[in-house]
Amino acid sequence: MDKPILTAQGLTKAYGALKATDALSLEIQPGEIHAIIGPNGAGKTTAIGQLSGELTSDAGTIYFAGQDITRLPVHKRACLGLARSFQITSILLNFTAEDNVAMAVQARDGHSFRFWKSARTDRKLRVPARDVLKEVGLADRADVIAARLSHGEQRQLELAMALATRPVLLLLDEPMAGMGPASSRKMVDLLQTLKGRLTILMVEHDMDAVFTLADRITVLVYGRAIATDTPENIHIDPAVRQAYLGENG
Amino acid sequence: MYLLLFCQQFLNGLQFGVMLFLMASGLTLIFGIMDLINLAHGSLFMVGAYLCATVFQQTGSFMLGLLVALPGTALVGIVVEIFTLRTLYARDHLDQVLATFGLILFFNELTKIIWGPRALFLDVPEALSGTIEIIPGAPYPTFRLAIIIVGIIVAIFLYFLITRTRLGMLIRASATNREIVGALGVNVKLLYTLIFGLGALLAGLAGAMAGPLFAVEVGMGEDILILTFVVIVIGGIGSIRGALVGAILVGLIDTLGRAFLPALFKLFLDPATADGVGASLDSMAIYILMALVLAWKPRGLLPAHE
Amino acid sequence: MNRFQPTLKACILMAALVFLIGLPPVASALEATFYIGLFSRILIYALAAVSLDLILGYGGMVSFGHAAFFGAGAYVVGIFAFHGIEGSAVISWPFVIMGTDNALISWAVAAAASAGLAFVIGAISLRTSGVYFIMITLAFAQMMYFFFTSLELYGGDDGLSLFTRNRLGHLDLSNDAAFYYTCLGLLIGFLLFTRRLVNSRFGMVIRGCKENERRMGALGFPTYRYKLICFVIAGAGAGLAGALMANQTEFVSPSLLHWTVSGDILVMVVLGGVGTIVGPVFGAIVLLLLEEFISRYTEHWMLFLGPILIFVVLFARRGLYGSFVERIGNNG
Repeated sequence: MDKPILTAQGLTKAYGALKATDALSLEIQPGEIHAIIGPNGAGKTTAIGQLSGELTSDAGTIYFAGQDITRLPVHKRACLGLARSFQITSILLNFTAEDNVAMAVQARDGHSFRFWKSARTDRKLRVPARDVLKEVGLADRADVIAARLSHGEQRQLELAMALATRPVLLLLDEPMAGMGPASSRKMVDLLQTLKGRLTILMVEHDMDAVFTLADRITVLVYGRAIATDTPENIHIDPAVRQAYLGENG
Repeated sequence: MYLLLFCQQFLNGLQFGVMLFLMASGLTLIFGIMDLINLAHGSLFMVGAYLCATVFQQTGSFMLGLLVALPGTALVGIVVEIFTLRTLYARDHLDQVLATFGLILFFNELTKIIWGPRALFLDVPEALSGTIEIIPGAPYPTFRLAIIIVGIIVAIFLYFLITRTRLGMLIRASATNREIVGALGVNVKLLYTLIFGLGALLAGLAGAMAGPLFAVEVGMGEDILILTFVVIVIGGIGSIRGALVGAILVGLIDTLGRAFLPALFKLFLDPATADGVGASLDSMAIYILMALVLAWKPRGLLPAHE
Repeated sequence: MNRFQPTLKACILMAALVFLIGLPPVASALEATFYIGLFSRILIYALAAVSLDLILGYGGMVSFGHAAFFGAGAYVVGIFAFHGIEGSAVISWPFVIMGTDNALISWAVAAAASAGLAFVIGAISLRTSGVYFIMITLAFAQMMYFFFTSLELYGGDDGLSLFTRNRLGHLDLSNDAAFYYTCLGLLIGFLLFTRRLVNSRFGMVIRGCKENERRMGALGFPTYRYKLICFVIAGAGAGLAGALMANQTEFVSPSLLHWTVSGDILVMVVLGGVGTIVGPVFGAIVLLLLEEFISRYTEHWMLFLGPILIFVVLFARRGLYGSFVERIGNNG
């Protein structure tokens, strides 16, 4: 058993009297796909926010790749290899798909305090960008302005940008959000190809996707992790059934 | 000796703070609720000053001047809101800044045409031209005291308006979530116009009272507008409490700074340097304060939310 | 975008360039040398406007305090000239810098000083955004206005006269045509520099920040740092423009830092076209020519400028140049 790639301990975030996350603890093993599920309001988005650095935790620690990142700002965590996709697609709408991915490649290619050479024609950026687009299946949409892509394609682009930074851990916030069955299946297939090459932590509502992809599942209720186990065991866990799956019939 | 001088300047600072509060309370509501940055708020101040000054000079009655200036300014504000600002609510801040900048240019020029380029100088109204010794041994101008009292009354009025009336509830709701208020069947257009009218009224009041103290001239609006911005930045956008705290703070620091900084520097530096440094710093004091507050709290001391 | 448009853009730019280059000899021939001075002024404001477009159009930072850098640059030149005439030092500590009328020194210092000022103002202002940012930049510019007004030694409210223009190497800048071509050369140089800048890696990051700063942060870019540097570069550009302005009028006063000047420069950018690099040049030309010609008929030209501005904002938002040519933003 390798050392976990991400360890969160006692994460708490309160809004007034309401505790969105309550002493949440997580351990993500390298190479696994780990899913977080839970009813609405369970604190999943807050947890992602705390892990990515957008939200400052009231208490708790986060260790990533051996470092204490609890107080690090968002961009520093990204530089360490923590990539993120957003629940509501957050891309550069007025740029082409390839521009978007090239930006992500640029983020990993050292500092950008270069003021003279054109970035648009820089092969060191465009070639890897095109490769990643091919990987997610958007190769033929490379020159389309992102705003004109379909919703599903935009989600794919979002994923491409995260992948282009060559992350160690990928935080996916509801990657299947707003997708119809066909697009969802494409996304699941895509994520399947990433299995083992990357560590993925995803928050998702789509149970089919979760049970297909996940190596382990953590169930969140009222900001606490009530169970962490393989999909089969989660499926039959009585506490989980009652708190979550049971509520849905 | 110095203590008496300090008390007088302290009261002056409060009085200046009141004027800033009248400007800032309206402006911060408009920012917070309509998300509109309005550079022409200073023009409303100017309109109030000119209306009151004209009536006062013609009739000799300051009260009459107020009775004309207040609804007059509110009316001007409402007309501007209906015909120009409504289209700007949906636009981005740059558009709002530019369009309201255009309004300033227009109003300033119009004022110059109607009243001429030279400043109007008013006397303090007879009834309030004396002094009162609220601090024994330190007579203080009655007119300035009246302004402070007006400020306290307005603050109390606004408090009751916001916390105890239905309009106030709508204002607070809109500050938190604009869209829902509309969805609940409230006539949002009318609400915005009312809020803007209230802001204009307060600005007009500030302008009218400023007449006897400052020269009434084109450009007076912008000078106080920028200070009002500083007040809002320090106090926090959308928050009337913030506007009150910010206004008092800015009023005091600006007034006391101008009064005492040069003298303070003379204690440490030779007279020539002290004068130079003091003169530079006293007008810069509030901006330095603003920078310090921002370094500590980028959203202001008492922001409305978040 | 059809293939006709790039050619249209090239034609417009060529025509403008030919016009600007040919202006001095034509004006001299027509006994209308007044226009050389007028257009020098236009070119100077154009430089300031282009520098503002860098942070506004490409960085998305709405600054209403650009006049602070413009005026500071002008004052540096004025102060150097003042001490140059007296033969005294500008500062004696930590090292001695003597006054001078050498443009190579005072213009460089002007740009550097404005850059430094932009660094300080930007460092504080960029911690905020939106409405706060606009108000804070306005406030800081006002502060600088009061600062220069308080400098009794350099004229205070009344301003400071330079009695002659700077020396630029062997060039005699008191010759209006020579000065005009210097301004034109610097403007073109800055335009070319800006064009390369916005397409460089740095430029991409800035444009990304305007588009979606949250996303840029999530990719790993320290956005504050990039925006600050962009702000500083823009400040340097405005400072250089200010240095030229001090030479043009041979006079500096705090009115150069007045908030209305910030507003004017902003209007030029929008009138010409935000985010187009060249648009602000056209904006400066149109605005200043309008002012020149309308004020020959009436002294109340502001009465017209106000509604014109409102009209442009409401109906012609992309500006003159921006409406004719597709905004460069993502494709240029």
